Amino acid sequence: MNSFAENRPDPDELLASLVTEEEKSKRGKLKIFFGMCAGVGKTYAMLQTARAERLKGNEIVIGYVETHNRKETAGLVEGLELIPRKTYAYKSTSVQEMDLDAIIARKPQVVLVDELAHTNAPGSRHTKRYHDVQEILENGINVYTTLNVQHLESRSDTVAQITGTIVRETIPDEIFENADEIELVDLTPEELLERLGEGKVYTPERSREAIDNFFRKGNITALREMALRIVADRVDRQLHDYMQHKRIRGPWKSGLHLLVAVGPSPYSGKLLRWAKTLSYSMGANIQAIYVETLHILSPKEREQLDKNIKLAKQLGIKVRIITSNDIVRAIVDFALKENITHIIVGKPRVRNLVSLLRLSRFVNRLIRYSGNIDVYILGSDNQSKDKFRERISIPPFTSTIRQYLVIPIIVLLTSVVCYLIKDYIGYQVVSFILLFLVSILALFFGTGPILLAATLSAFTWDYFFIPPQFTIHIGQPEDVLMFIMFFIIALLNGILTSRVRRQEKRIRTREERTNALYQLTREFTLVSGIDEVTKIAVQYIKKYFRFECAILLKNEQNQLENQVNHETKINLSENEQSVAAWVYKHAAKAGKHTDTLPSADYTFYPLTGNNGNMGVVAAEQASLFTQGEEQFWEAFLSQISGKLEREYLRDAAKNTFILNESDKLYKTLFNSISHELRIPVATIMGASDTLLAQHYSEETRHKLYYEINTASVRLNRLIENLLNMSRLESGRITPRPDWCDVHDLANKVSANLAHELLPFKLATVIPRDMPLVLIDFGLIEQALHNLVLNATQNAPEGTRIRLKFYYDSDLLTIQVMDRGSGFPASELSSVFNKFYRGKEAKAGGTGLGLSIVKGFTEAHHGSVVAENRRNGGAIFTIKIPVKISEMDQFSKQNT
Amino acid sequence: MVSPDSLLIIDDEQQIRRLLEITLSASGFKISEASTGKEGLSMAATCQPVLIILDLGLPDMDGLDVLKKLREWYLKPIIILSVRSSEEDIVKALDNGANDYLTKPFRTGELLARIRVAIRQSQGTSENPILICGSLTIDLSNHTVRRNNELIKLTSTEYSLLALLAKNEGRVLTHQYILKEVWGMGYVEQTQYLRVFIAQLRKKVEDDPGKPKLLNTESGIGYRFGS
Repeated sequence: MNSFAENRPDPDELLASLVTEEEKSKRGKLKIFFGMCAGVGKTYAMLQTARAERLKGNEIVIGYVETHNRKETAGLVEGLELIPRKTYAYKSTSVQEMDLDAIIARKPQVVLVDELAHTNAPGSRHTKRYHDVQEILENGINVYTTLNVQHLESRSDTVAQITGTIVRETIPDEIFENADEIELVDLTPEELLERLGEGKVYTPERSREAIDNFFRKGNITALREMALRIVADRVDRQLHDYMQHKRIRGPWKSGLHLLVAVGPSPYSGKLLRWAKTLSYSMGANIQAIYVETLHILSPKEREQLDKNIKLAKQLGIKVRIITSNDIVRAIVDFALKENITHIIVGKPRVRNLVSLLRLSRFVNRLIRYSGNIDVYILGSDNQSKDKFRERISIPPFTSTIRQYLVIPIIVLLTSVVCYLIKDYIGYQVVSFILLFLVSILALFFGTGPILLAATLSAFTWDYFFIPPQFTIHIGQPEDVLMFIMFFIIALLNGILTSRVRRQEKRIRTREERTNALYQLTREFTLVSGIDEVTKIAVQYIKKYFRFECAILLKNEQNQLENQVNHETKINLSENEQSVAAWVYKHAAKAGKHTDTLPSADYTFYPLTGNNGNMGVVAAEQASLFTQGEEQFWEAFLSQISGKLEREYLRDAAKNTFILNESDKLYKTLFNSISHELRIPVATIMGASDTLLAQHYSEETRHKLYYEINTASVRLNRLIENLLNMSRLESGRITPRPDWCDVHDLANKVSANLAHELLPFKLATVIPRDMPLVLIDFGLIEQALHNLVLNATQNAPEGTRIRLKFYYDSDLLTIQVMDRGSGFPASELSSVFNKFYRGKEAKAGGTGLGLSIVKGFTEAHHGSVVAENRRNGGAIFTIKIPVKISEMDQFSKQNT
Repeated sequence: MVSPDSLLIIDDEQQIRRLLEITLSASGFKISEASTGKEGLSMAATCQPVLIILDLGLPDMDGLDVLKKLREWYLKPIIILSVRSSEEDIVKALDNGANDYLTKPFRTGELLARIRVAIRQSQGTSENPILICGSLTIDLSNHTVRRNNELIKLTSTEYSLLALLAKNEGRVLTHQYILKEVWGMGYVEQTQYLRVFIAQLRKKVEDDPGKPKLLNTESGIGYRFGS
């Protein structure tokens, strides 16, 4: 059992491999022709492969190939389809770049794109060519490209060390790692130098220069080793993947997790690259941690930190930011939680005894707490001037000049007062007063002014109060001690207080953010409807981030709508709308302050939900977010998109429900109507046919005429009902109330149904003092008509049908009672539903009559209920709120 | 009868025209037919019909416009044929000079009766001051009303109302028209007056106020005297 468990592949890894595979199948495939340096023949190899592929019948197109005027290469280009380059005007010159859109529009099977690490001209959609390539791949087009080893982000440092040349154009390692195929183009250093010498790579003058600088044999060998090693690593990993895939228990130590600690030091970059290389060779996954302490970063440090975090992301390392005052604790806690196996920290240069002490304390604690986690401590290079600090440092001086001016005045004023009363209180008490003052000031002023206040008050005390007065000199030894203690206490007091304040401020910021998110969520629970949600989102963004924004949403076809449905000052140009569309499609931010389409005036963020994108936020941001802000912003956006997604889902659910419902209605309608139509039509056809064909007796003919008449009345009733129903459904029923005498109503109904009522006894009950009521005569007449007709159809002949009217406190009540069988209790609630037919109802009828009653009553803001009578039969009660006429008095006066 | 009265039917439904032709010819009328509003207008001028039956739903023109155009010169009765549930249109047509209306589907017997009433009224034969209607006798010159030869006490308003309806026996009068004639221009919206007085009149003149035979309600449109 044990051996089985051990041999089982890690399910997470299996799943990950499946997911990557699935994602990859939709994308185009990326093939990289990889070499150690320029001139090894990558482009040549790429073109050769392309030609071979073309012979196999594949569609090959050149997106961008640089021949460097090499004859052999140029020869290979001939005959291949070329996508013309696009020209960008840049300052006074014009630059030619690959035409990304033309390639995507052309949609060949394979496109050749030389020099993956190239930096695009300003004005292009992406800053880097590898972004272009990503987009091409996303469109399902395969890409062949070329790359040198020095362009890999993780190797650029080493390359710089070897060759002394700093490489600026780099690509994230991720791109290389995720490439589907890597083809190593290799040449021995001798052959390469030979080629250089023959002028096959550069022109003769440049060749000489190049051989002297970059292409020294030592360099080439080192680069070659690096390239070979990278490819070998990759092959190794592929073998690993293969074994994992095939469930072969491999020789790897599975589940290695590296954690690298980064900080605001330039040295962290090197640390990250090194850790990345290490993770390659260990086959471990890797993440980074940055511990935010009380220490406030200088702008320079902040910039460096952002750079480091960006680098980590480029290297494919996830960075976690944790706030804590104890770096060691934070790192170890995180490591334990995440099952980290190796912690990597840097070892900065030790300059003096203090920093050595600090370092050893840091290292000792880290090793002590980390338990069985391995700890790597990496040496720094000599250029690094970074000072190691375990941040119990003095907070920086950020106070304004005004504060520095106010401090001496306050100290001076207090001293004057003390001087005046010193004879009564003694000079020692003065020290307490001054100490008290410094403590008080620390509540309101920054560190700098407090240090000033402490120093100033110490010397004022010394000079003006400690005997001998008006000298710095202190006479008695205990006063010297007092003075020193005063100074230290004042300093500590000031610093500690301002630290507490700083911490409080930080907590307050965090609290504010939490609160903002809470407010937003709460507000969201209160509203529904996409328009409302966007309106609130825009309000909150403006309130908490202090910039204008516009929210573009998707429409029902899942395309981004350019129409903004809330008030905003932002007006998107056509260009920016296309940026928004890009952001929506790729679910990545773009625009100002980003690598993609940076020329736009706004920064665009996708609103990503669980099932695709909801829309795009266009933000008028003055500057990039800091780390903390970015997290806050992302939390905000995810709240907004989550809510929007719920709204969209609700809408979709509602639509589906309506569709289903109307589909059902449609079917019922057809079934019942076709039946209802066919019966009278059949009667009319049959009877008239008989009448036409033969001569019957007067009596028979009369009977047939009667049948035709009855059938046509029935048909007419059906049509009336359908018409009324369609008027109700379309909402075109608006009552036109007029004064109505309910006697008239009763008379009219009984007159119209005289024929149907013949076998029944109709009893109409109307109180003597019944007032005129304001209703739509036509609609209520129709409703009553349907109710009475319903009674005639359900009650046995000879029974009594009662029609009762009364008025009480603004309510007109009309009741129709019969002595039929009533309704089964379970059906009472559904009798007014469209197409409801009683289970024991007689044949015929569409089930529309009662729903029309309900519709017309509700159009009067009234209600109708069906109940069973105690002694059998049904009773329908219509209640309508009505106005009554003041005419009663009038009529009484007149009679 | 010298020559048969000629009627003009303006309706776009062929089947309805055929039905009307059969029924009305059998009753001794000469029938002309038009299927569009324009055709109807020119036919009315050429045929000189004694009565026009006009459908409100025509393919080329609004029936109401045809009515207005006709009324510019045509003084004889016009009966409106219309589908139900368009009381507003009917009232408009009546206020614009139509003499009567019928809703489709209609009973031919009723149509014939209406036609006769309309023609009779247009010929203005009866300047007879005494109107007799079933058990009711109205003496217009003496302002007296008798039921079964017994004098009925009516207020002046009640009398004016009854007289107006009786003079237009068989013809529908809209609420607005009655209010204007009896109470005056300022009262056309006061339908409650009308309801109350009709109810009172019914109690006085009808044999069974619960089943009125003389003062008939036309839902949403007005009243008609007699059947």
